[in-house]
Amino acid sequence: MAKDDLLGASLWDAYSNKVTTLMNNPQHQGEIFEAEAEERGNKLIVADFGAESCGDAVRLYWEIDPKTDIIINSKFKSFGCGTAIASSDVMTELCIGKTVDEAVKITNIDVEFALRDDPDTPAVPPQKMHCSVMAYDVIKKAAGLYKGVDAESFEDEIIVCECARVSLTTLQEVIRLNDLTTIEQITDYTKAGGFCKSCIRPGGHEQRDYYLVDILADTRKEMDEEKMKAAADAGGSASFEDMTLVQQIKAIDAEIDESIRQFLVMDGGDMEVIDIKSSDEYIDVYIRYLGACNGCASSSTGTLYAIESTLKEKLSKKIRVLPI
Amino acid sequence: MQVYLDNNATTMVDPLVVEAMIPFFSELYGNPNSLHKFGTASHPAISKAIDQVYTALNAADADDIVFTSCATESNNWVLQSVFTDHIVNGKKNHIVTTEVEHPSILSTCKFLEEQGVKVTYLPVNEQGIVEAETVKAFITDNTALVSIMWASNETGMIFPIKEIGEICKEKGVLFHSDAVQAVGKIRVDLQSVHVDFVSMSAHKFHGPKGVGALYIKDSQALSPLMHGGEHMGGRRSGTLNVPSIVGMGKAIELATQNIEITGAKIREKRDRLEDAILELSETFVVGDRWNRTPNTILISIRGVEGEGMLWDLNNGQIGASTGSACASEDLEANTVMLAIGADNELAHTGIRLSLSRFTTDEEVDYTISHFKDAVGRLRAISSSFAKQQPTEGGEVQECELHHH
Repeated sequence: MAKDDLLGASLWDAYSNKVTTLMNNPQHQGEIFEAEAEERGNKLIVADFGAESCGDAVRLYWEIDPKTDIIINSKFKSFGCGTAIASSDVMTELCIGKTVDEAVKITNIDVEFALRDDPDTPAVPPQKMHCSVMAYDVIKKAAGLYKGVDAESFEDEIIVCECARVSLTTLQEVIRLNDLTTIEQITDYTKAGGFCKSCIRPGGHEQRDYYLVDILADTRKEMDEEKMKAAADAGGSASFEDMTLVQQIKAIDAEIDESIRQFLVMDGGDMEVIDIKSSDEYIDVYIRYLGACNGCASSSTGTLYAIESTLKEKLSKKIRVLPI
Repeated sequence: MQVYLDNNATTMVDPLVVEAMIPFFSELYGNPNSLHKFGTASHPAISKAIDQVYTALNAADADDIVFTSCATESNNWVLQSVFTDHIVNGKKNHIVTTEVEHPSILSTCKFLEEQGVKVTYLPVNEQGIVEAETVKAFITDNTALVSIMWASNETGMIFPIKEIGEICKEKGVLFHSDAVQAVGKIRVDLQSVHVDFVSMSAHKFHGPKGVGALYIKDSQALSPLMHGGEHMGGRRSGTLNVPSIVGMGKAIELATQNIEITGAKIREKRDRLEDAILELSETFVVGDRWNRTPNTILISIRGVEGEGMLWDLNNGQIGASTGSACASEDLEANTVMLAIGADNELAHTGIRLSLSRFTTDEEVDYTISHFKDAVGRLRAISSSFAKQQPTEGGEVQECELHHH
């Protein structure tokens, strides 16, 4: 919470001048009719995306020269808020003069960028980024209709966050490489989930096939399993830090059997390992003394030092031995 | 010309109210709790303000009217203290409210649910109100409180408070009403209606912001929300906001002294505005106009998204309001609109116009003209009114993407 957040931003003040201008006076709104396109020997494609009951709907018109596949003219109709109208307007502008194959590469990021007054300032506040996504969706649909293919075939990867166009594979990779554990970290690293927030968890503005919470949980689970598997495969040869908890306990027990227990037993005592707790800095090994060791003065000085230095030397420098 | 038609959000402070408040900033500024004459100098004015509120609401002498900082505080006070008194320290565990309450009720109920309270959110009918019989059906032996708004901020629809009050009385259940949108707009007579607690806010009836009140029937027990210096008889601590209390007294007097006549004048302008914009095709207004506060219109205009409409009205210097999801921070459609459930479109095409006694005929004329122009422009852009049909396979049947 900072000073600016206390008042709450004015939604409309965050729009770029370009958004405002195009909302007030869109350049490409209107229709192209079948008959006029045919007269010019061109093909008309009309695609809808969204619906009034969704709160956003756009109809895109492409007049295409069938010989060159070039979009000669484009118009739009929009049921939507100011940013939806401005986004649709810029979208048609970007389509004109491109071939269908080129146009299908236009993304919502391109649309938003074209609405900026200067390259470094977003054209719309984060929650409005969603409006530009429709532009991208309707272009794919129009291209699909023209080419007689499914609109989804233009997408070669699964997009989880449409606002920031972040794919499933990117998210999985970033989580792994940077060992991310929270949604906030994912947003910081990839921008995914930073706009309309629909992709974070179910129940948001829009239903999604994939949610960041699930991707994070699944990826973390895979990472843990892989780590365990690697440790198991490595058997005793893995470094102590990479071992599973069970392996660590076994290794400590083995080490105690090997070089410590005999001396304790000689004096009528013994010890057992109770628990191991690992943090970034330390691996704390909790032990309990048995028999004569219990209450022996040396158990908290010389004996303890001997146990700890043995384990440190043989297993890990991070080990601390804590008698309970 | 600029026209303010968002009086359900807040109102202009009546200049007469400002005038009444001014002496209490820099002349009679003493703390009313002090013993010296600086402190006691404001007592007559506070006493007068209290009388003005009692008279306006026809409250009995045995009742308490406690000034608070706003209706949000009053609402929180009732819910949180009923929770403390009757749920934590009592045997009950249930609150009945509606789906269409103000966030200060709904969010507080959600908070209480997290503390283990069972809350029933009653649905509303197609008129946007909850029926008394519905309330009756959901009251159980465990019910500690029924909290239902007197009139809706979104639709202006007036709830059957008298009937609900009778039911609560008969069942022995505490009854609270958030009357923020009723006080100053319609007659609220607290001796002819049985309500235990009533919340109100001055800035909704041409008083200042930052002052409200809670009516407590028969001065009954309710643990304080604000603890401190035992102000207001120990019911609500915090140094009395003297200028605002004086202002609230004056404002409620001005708003209620001729409420039937004033209301009729506002109603006449409202109806003229409503009839004129209903001349536009494919529009409809929520709720029977005779059961609405006289200043409110919630109109749906097919093919025109609410935020876009608000934008165009704003360009024409007209301030209105929309429940459209696009105008909200979280893109969530307005819960009231969805609760009415007439059509999902309403949630995106609803525009609320709320007048006041300061709205003039010229302003109504200007609004009618500008409103029609804006609808004309936006419908010309709207895909809902496009003529050329989509290429085969290019149409969308229904909203698949969004939940709601």
